[in-house]
Parts: sequence; structure tokens; C-alpha cells
Amino acid sequence: MSHSPAGSPAPGMSPAPPAVKAEGLHVTRGHKKILRGLDFAIEPGRITGLLGPSGSGKTTLMRCIVGVQRLTAGSVEVLGRPAGAPSLRHDVGYVTQAPSVYTDLSVEANVRYFGAMHGVTAADTAEAIAAVGLESLARRKTADLSGGEFSRVSLACALVSHPELLVLDEPTVGLDPVLRAELWERFAALAEAGTTLLVSSHVMEEASHCSSLLLLRDGLLLAQLSPAGLSERGHSNDLEQAFLHFIQETTATSKHRSTNESQVAS
Amino acid sequence: MNPRMMFATTRRVLEQLRHDHRSVALIMVVPALLLTGVYYLFENETLPPGFPRTFDRVGLMMLAIFPFVVMFLVTSITMLRERTSGTLERLLTTPIHKADLLFGYALAFSIMAALQSLVATAVAYWIFNLDIKGGPGYVVMIAVINAVLGVALGLLCSAFARTEFQAVQFMPVVVIPQILLCGLFVARDHMNSLLESISNVLPLTFSVDALQQIADNTEATQAMWQDAGIMAAIVVGVLALASFTLRRRTS
Repeated sequence: MSHSPAGSPAPGMSPAPPAVKAEGLHVTRGHKKILRGLDFAIEPGRITGLLGPSGSGKTTLMRCIVGVQRLTAGSVEVLGRPAGAPSLRHDVGYVTQAPSVYTDLSVEANVRYFGAMHGVTAADTAEAIAAVGLESLARRKTADLSGGEFSRVSLACALVSHPELLVLDEPTVGLDPVLRAELWERFAALAEAGTTLLVSSHVMEEASHCSSLLLLRDGLLLAQLSPAGLSERGHSNDLEQAFLHFIQETTATSKHRSTNESQVAS
Repeated sequence: MNPRMMFATTRRVLEQLRHDHRSVALIMVVPALLLTGVYYLFENETLPPGFPRTFDRVGLMMLAIFPFVVMFLVTSITMLRERTSGTLERLLTTPIHKADLLFGYALAFSIMAALQSLVATAVAYWIFNLDIKGGPGYVVMIAVINAVLGVALGLLCSAFARTEFQAVQFMPVVVIPQILLCGLFVARDHMNSLLESISNVLPLTFSVDALQQIADNTEATQAMWQDAGIMAAIVVGVLALASFTLRRRTS
């Protein structure tokens, strides 16, 4: 409920502390190293895109940030508190990749239930449903909705608590282009109002909607840069192409580096 | 504990059930139908005068066993769905306390169990003239405690099942031994010492004992309250164990 407006700091003031800060983050599941040492900070009140091929560790990283993932090493700080701290449960909203809502309840009942955990009013419930454009379907059973509508119910269940940090795992998968554009507008409006958003996607064209990008591959952070920065480093205005170039270059250099490591001291 | 979150959970679980007309019908009608079957099963038994009908003994115990079995099944499947659909993980990222969730579930299903045992007890009393000394209110009370026991065990067992198919397999493991050893088939003092000592620690045994107290006495006895108290303590213990299976953080 607490909603601190986190706009750009006035000149002369120190910049706002990061909304999320990860240091030396490692996650190992069984023998598989999912995240292999991530260090980054996410600016508050912005949309940060988490991009990378499937299997790169995006979901695990998001789970670390919302505090449901056991860390192997390192730390994650969210809004100045350790990730998963009880006081954060009011301030962090999480939308999983597979919509996690009750399929045998109506849209309204789902949103109302998750809202009840934050003590919201009926007006908040209606607002969250309207925000995802499901007003006309509010009384319909969730199981009877189409795939895109279904995932928007899941989003509404997170929006209803007005979280300070909203973590969205592939929220636009399976949505038609019109809806996708609408959702990105919605996200931009949320960021404008001070919400920090972390949005994962494997569709590179969506990166242009973000103000900062985290590029993840095989559990490593390739880079943190702006979409413009990605175009430049990847030598293409097409972000998909830019990402591919960028990956090829970084893997080439890292291979080059490892083979020459013994010879080149610098 | 936060009553608002607990009641919201109760309301949500009941709403889920309300949309499922067939399950509601099964919960309400099946025990009464089975009781009818039991009545006609013993219809032609010949008894020496003054000897109680088998129906009065078996029918009474079934009034307590139905809610236990039904609620165990309904809860373990519902909770398993909650675990596999991701809604549980999502819920545990919200401020809800585990106790709110567990007691919310327990309350919702005990309301269903109370309705179920009202129907079954009414049928036993008014249609088949169930002949016991104690009042029907106590029978319903024991039935509801049994239902909550079923809920608690269902919540716990759902943690050990990965699929609904596995969850159903817990019924023969958890429920049937209790039915076999509770004194329904063989009086407990006629069992061999091993079986009797197992039966001594199974929760359902206490409810059957309590029902026998109700059947034999017009007033509520000390022993009945003691049985009910032990059952309630077991329920709280099992719910506490179940709360350990709800992990906010997993690997």
C-alpha cells in the first residue's frame, strides 16, 4: 500500500537508492548452476527488461528477487531490505509465467481474494480489473477465458495491491499485438507513477519499451545497458539482431580469452 | 493470525466449491445414500429381544467416518492443486500467514462437513429411527471434529504427493487403517495386543469411542469430552505439521 513516489531526484540530491541490488548471486539446483554470480542494481521507478534465451535463468532470478528462491551464495536486496523479508510482502508483486490464479473462481473473486491479503477496497479490485481491460468479463469463471485473458487475470491479481516493485515473468506471451501494446502502455504509466517494474521476455523487440536491460545468458549477466546501448553494441537498430551480434561477440571474446589466458598476462 | 485473511480464504474455498455443483451434491447426498444402504443391509437381521440393532451401532459410527473420508479427499486434492498451479507460491509472497491459510481451509471444510453431517444425521434419526441415548447435537459435533481431522491430514498428505493420482493413493494408507482399527469391524478389546496398541493412537479411535459414549449415555460424559479434547489436540498438531510443509522459500 505504501507508495513512495520515486521520480528522478532533484538536482543536488544523491540519487535514489536502487530498488533491487544483487551481489555475487549464485543459485545451484542439484548439480546445475542456474545463476553464476550476478551483480547488478535496478533503478527505482523505471521499467527494467530482463532478456535472454529460455533456460538462461530469468525465472530463477525473478524468484530470488521476490524471495521464494533459496540462494546458494550472494545476496539480493529489495527496496533496502533483504529479499523475502516479511515487510516486503506488501510491497512486491509477482506474476509468474504460467498464470497462477484459481481457475474455478470468477475474475472478480480471484482479484478480490489476492486483494484481501493487502486489505484493499472493492474500488481497488474494480480498478485492477479495469487496468487489464477485463471489466466486461469480471463475473466470468477464469477457466472459461481465453489464454490472453487468463494471463491478464493473473496480472490484475498483482496490480490490486499497488506494489512498489512489480516483477513480471513473460507477461506478454500469447497476447495479440494490440493487447501487448496496451500492456506496455500500462507498464509505462505505472513506472511514471513511481512503480519499479522488472519484466522478463525472450522477445527482443519488447526491449525497446524498457529504460534499462539486463541481458542474461547461461546464468551470467552479459550486460546491463539501455536499448540504445544494445543497438550500438550490436551494430543494429533491430534489437533482435543486435542481441544476436552482441552474444556472438561476447562468446567469441570469452573463448578467445580462455584459450589465450595462459599466454596473455594483461 | 489475521482474521481478515483467514475469512477471505474460507470464502474463497467455499466459492470454489460453490461453482462445482457436482461435488457439492456428492458431499451432501452420498453419505445419506450410503447410510440408507447400511440400513437395508441389516434390515432382516434377527435379534434377541432388547438387543440393539446393528444399524444403531454401525450407522452411528458411519456418521462420523463419512465426513472424515470425504474431507480428507476433497482437501488433499484442493491443496495439491493449490501447490501445483502456483497459487500457493504466489499466496506465500503476500502477507498471508500460514495459519490464516490452514485455518481458512479448515473452517471452510468444517462448514461443509457440518452441513453434510446435518443431512446424514437427520436421515439416520428421522427416517431410520437411529436409537441412541445421547443427543444428535453431540453426534454432529463429533462428525465436525472428524471432518477437521480429515482436512488436517489432507493438508499434510498433499505435501507428499506430486499428482492428484498420488494424492488419492494416500487414502488407503492414511484413512483405511483407521477405519479398520477404530472398532467398527471388531471391538477394540478383542483385537490382538499389537493391533490394539496401534488402534490406541489412531485419531479415529477416539471419535468412535466418543460416539459410543453418546450412544450409551443420555448426558454428555466426561469420557466423551476427553475424547473430543484429544481429537482437537491431534487436529492442532497435524495442522502445525502441515504448516511446516508450506515453504515460502524453495530451491
